[in-house]
This record gives sequence, C-alpha cells and structure tokens, in this order.
Amino acid sequence: MDIHEYQAKEILGRFGVTVPDGGLAYSPEQAAYRARELGGNRWIVKAQVHAGGRGKAGGVKLCDSEGEILDAADEMFGKKLVTHQTGPEGKGVYRVYVEAAVAFEQEIYLGFVLDRTSQRVMIVASSEGGMEIEEISAEKPESIVRSTVEPAVGLQEFQAREIAFALGIPAKLTQQMVRTLQGCYRAFTELDATMVEINPLVITSDDRILALDAKMTFDGNALFRHPHVAELRDKSQEDPREARAADRGLNYIGLTGNIGCIVNGAGLAMATMDTIKLAGGEPANFLDIGGGATPERVAKAFKLVLSDANVQAVLVNIFAGINRCDWVAEGVVQALTQNPVDVPVIVRLAGTNVEEGQKILAQSGLPIIRATTLMEAAERAVTAWQNDKTQNSKLRAV
Amino acid sequence: MSIYLDRDSRVIVQGITGRLASFHTKEMIEYGTNVVGGVVPGKGGETAHGVPVFNTVKEAVEATGANTSLVFVPPPFAADSIMEAADGGIRYAVCVTDGIPAQDMIRVKRYMYRYPKERRMVLTGPNCAGTISPGKALCGIMPGHIYLPGHVGIVGRSGTLGYEAAQQLKDRGIGVSTSVGIGGDPINGSSFRDILEQFEADPDTHVICMIGEIGGPQEAEAAEYIQNHMTKPVIAYIAGLTAPKGRTMGHAGAIISAFGESASEKVEILSAAGVTVAEHPSIIGETIARVMKKEAA
Repeated sequence: MDIHEYQAKEILGRFGVTVPDGGLAYSPEQAAYRARELGGNRWIVKAQVHAGGRGKAGGVKLCDSEGEILDAADEMFGKKLVTHQTGPEGKGVYRVYVEAAVAFEQEIYLGFVLDRTSQRVMIVASSEGGMEIEEISAEKPESIVRSTVEPAVGLQEFQAREIAFALGIPAKLTQQMVRTLQGCYRAFTELDATMVEINPLVITSDDRILALDAKMTFDGNALFRHPHVAELRDKSQEDPREARAADRGLNYIGLTGNIGCIVNGAGLAMATMDTIKLAGGEPANFLDIGGGATPERVAKAFKLVLSDANVQAVLVNIFAGINRCDWVAEGVVQALTQNPVDVPVIVRLAGTNVEEGQKILAQSGLPIIRATTLMEAAERAVTAWQNDKTQNSKLRAV
Repeated sequence: MSIYLDRDSRVIVQGITGRLASFHTKEMIEYGTNVVGGVVPGKGGETAHGVPVFNTVKEAVEATGANTSLVFVPPPFAADSIMEAADGGIRYAVCVTDGIPAQDMIRVKRYMYRYPKERRMVLTGPNCAGTISPGKALCGIMPGHIYLPGHVGIVGRSGTLGYEAAQQLKDRGIGVSTSVGIGGDPINGSSFRDILEQFEADPDTHVICMIGEIGGPQEAEAAEYIQNHMTKPVIAYIAGLTAPKGRTMGHAGAIISAFGESASEKVEILSAAGVTVAEHPSIIGETIARVMKKEAA
C-alpha cells in the first residue's frame, strides 16, 4: 500500500528523520495560508499523488509570493497528473503540500528495500541523489553503496557510519546521518514497510541533513497489525475497478486489451494472459478468483470483467482439482443464466470430472464456446473476438 | 525414492481443527499419508480424524515421533507456528498459508539458521499448494489423483499451474517422483535451487519440470546452478510475459521491480543455461515427453 509524501514525512519525522516544515492544503487559499503560517519568502508547492516523477510533470512548483502559490495550487487541483509512473490516465490531485524552500549543498539518494537475494532488508544509497535510482545505476553505478541488515540485531551504528563515510558525508554530520539511517530502518521494520525512499536527502547550507522528498510503501499482508497505517489508504489514487475488486476479495489488474480473463490461481492467470497474446490477442485484465471457483465468485468475476467497456470476449480458464469440473460448470451456467452477457464466452475446464463439466456446458443451451487446452481456448477467444468485431462493424455500416 | 516426503514420513498438521485444514487432513489420510497427529494450542487431548491433538509441537513430536509438519495456520500466527516446528524437532515443514507479512518470513528464516545443519528444518512455502510424492504421501492441498507415480520432479511457485503440468503428464501416462511447491511469496523457505539440488541427488528423478514466473532472482540463481552442477535435463515454463512492470500479479512475489525479473529475461537466462523452455503452458506435457524420449534414445 502506498501513502503520500506528507504522510511518509510525518511518519519518518516521528522516527527521528529531520524533514522541512510544511503544511497540507485542500484548496489554493489554504495553500497560501499555509505559506503564511510557515513564514519565509520562498516555498515549494507539491501535488500529492501516489507516483514519482512529479517535478517533470508540473506537480512541483517553486513560488516567491502568495500570488504565485495561489496560481500554482489552482493549476494543480483537480488535474490528472501524468508522470512516467502513472500510466496515460494519470492520478488526480486533491491535496497539495506546501513547504518552506531549503538551500542545500549536496543531494543524496537513500532507499530501504526488501532484498530477495539475501532475504533481508537492504539499504541502497548514492551520493548522486536527485536522479532516480534507475538512472543512477545506469550512469553512476560506482556511486551506489549497498548494505544488508542482520534481522536479529537491526542496523548497527558502525554499519550506518560505514554508509555515511562511503557517501562522503562531512565527518561532523556523521552522527546526524546515523540517526537518519537508524530512524528509517526502525520505521521500516516496526511498521512493516516494503520500501522507504528519500530522494533527495540533502545536506543544507546550515549543516542539517534533511529529507526533501519521502516515499513509503507498506506490506498489505501486515496491515492487520498497523491500523494507523491502514487508515492512510487513499482510494482516489487507485484504479476504481481494482479498488472495487479488492474490496470484494478478487485480485484484479486492468490492462488495455479486449479479451477479459477469469482464472483460478495467480500463476495460471498470468499463463492465460500470455497464451492469449501468443494466439494473437491482447488480454484486458489479470484476474485470480482464488482456489475455490464458487458460482458466486464466478458471477462476481463476470460483472467485474465486463465493467471494462473494452472487453469484447471473455475467456474462463479453471483448473478444478478438489472442486470438480461439473461443480464449476454448474457455477458458470448459473452465473450466465442469471446475468446474461452479450459478448462471446469461451470456457476451458481442466482437472477432475472434466467430461461431466463439458457435458453440463454443452447441454445448458447457452452460447458457450468450449475448449480443451488453454491454447485452443485462447485461439477460439481471439477468433470469436475478431468475428464479433467484424459483425459489429458490418452492423454499423448498414 | 522421492524427495522430502515418502511412506516413512510421520506427519502432523498444525491448525488441524480449522475448517479448511480439517478438510485437507481428511484428503491426505485418504491418500495414504501417515498423519500421526495435530497441534492446536488449547485443544490438547482432543482427537481429530482419529489422530490425537496436542498443545505444542514438542509434545506431538515426543508422543508420535513426527518428523514432518503441514502448517495450516492463519497469516498473523503462521510465522510463530513455523518457528515452533523448527524448534520442536520437525525436519520438513510445508506452509500453505497465503498472506504472511514479509518481515515475519525474514525473522523465520533467520530463526531457522540458529540450528546446526544436521538438525535444521527444511521449509517449503509459504503460499504454496504443498508437496506430493505420488503413491506415497501428500502434504498439502493439491488433488492427489492428478499425479501418477514416476520419474519427473516438479517444482513451481504456482498451485494451479503446477496442477496443469501434472495433468498433462498424467494424460500421457507420465508419472512424477515428487512435486514441490515453493510458493508465490517474495521471502520463501526454499528456492528453486534448493529443490533442484535435491532432485539432482534423487536417483528416482530423471527429468525436472520447473515452473517459474516474474519477480525475484530465484529463476536466475537456478539457471546458474543448472548450468554448472546439473546432469539431469530441466524443462521450464515461465508465466507473466504480458505482466506489466511494477504491478503485483496475485502472488506477493510476482512483481517486476528489477533488471532480470521479467518473464522474457528469465526465459533468456534459462535457455542460455541449457534449459528447454516451453513457450506456452499447453505444451509443458509434450515438451517433457519429447525430452524424455530423447534421453532414452
């Protein structure tokens, strides 16, 4: 689960990381008022969206007067900010964060991630902050410092000092850097984060180490023990279909193709998408309905997949092991009888009692296209979609 | 022979009285697995499916001589149960639980390494379908009847995709020595490499089928091991060619976040290591059959 920059700064601040003074605003007027509260004569207005790359997309503005703040915030509010991380649809701006501008000497990159090779928390840092980590590793790989943390004892001071020295941080600031690193590590482990990123972490002209930007992602599986973190979920930043699916216990990811998929199991769902592509089509979604393909879940899944206006055919691929194919087939028939659909439906069943399942589908009187293998199902889905498309365009031509 | 699990395995189920655990325990017993007990704190002294329930793993091991455990405990408590098994004298544990916090798994792995190698527990999973040595024993939630006994070792992250492979083999009359699910989580008990080492050493396994997916370094690690240390042929399928970058595809670990973690990169790395890669899942069975025929010739 992602949170906003201002929320991450608030959390990290509690763990001893120094952050600039700032205030949250829900309107341009509030933004100007926040600037007055902060004092000074230079401010930064930052759009709060769950995505990086805001600067280049016009989501970060340096302002020298209240008038400029009003204009900058007015420009941001209600806009869909499109960055290289949001996809073409962008993310809505409903909050901005106003901070006092800071003069700094040096920019550092600091990241904490779950490293899957060592199976531990890894610190990734670079003296070339301000750029994204992908750019740094492409252009200045020698500047990157990596260090994994022994989980039994946590981040030790010597280890934090080693990182500070490797980054070339002035000796008089070592202790501040140690506090920053240990604060981030504690926030990461105590709150079950999967990522903490401060980019840039700066050394100011008056010798402070300050987090100018901050990003935190949390482990969705651990939210049960962090209700205060769970509260920070912002549904305005999620794809509405994915959010709706998640609330209904379905695992859905919207894509850009025309062939909807309903599958049990994450691996098989990915394999189904891949096979559609190999057969010459494009999948419209990833959807894992879980191990037990009950009629209710199948019905919910159809509704969800068809809520995407681009879907022109639906491929159902279920491997029924413990839940037999005849039972799954009855569920599919029941779902389609109660909620008829107007696009071709291709059903491929495999596993226990597959013949009985096929028989139930065939005798249902519903226009279900059946297939034996996944490849066959994908090919039939692509053909059905193409036929449907030509028929529709013929109708339009008449 | 087989790996990890056979007729001599004495299995306990942690969380045996739960609704799903109870259902699958029954399936396991019907399959012929030697289930000797269960562990549910506070329910010691009761019986379930004709076997005694204990309060602690230590008591269960002492009373039954159990050496294998199926951890079927809800996510908030699963890490604790795995550590209890590791401490209680269990040698092999399968954890099927989906949704264990990643940092709990970091602690579990660290904890398991407290023990010297000769008494260190092996864990497969979490978030997996389990392990089966066909005709001998089943420890998990998979449908036992789709596996014939034989000489193909299966290792994979995904449950239903693994079933798909087993069913295709069965349709061709090809059997399986052992099938191991390593699970879809980012931090897991055993890696592909760990299981490949076991299969390489198992005289009853002649060919290995490896089913991977996007995310993480374990397929690439496996490729390196295959190239340098394996004599047996490996067939692989990798799911997620069409998965977008940076999105979690159902499994917590199925996310492309670094170089080398996409399906196409993994296919390339495995092919370069001499692995026969099936282009789509419908041909996993026939690809294995073809490689076996070539081996026999």
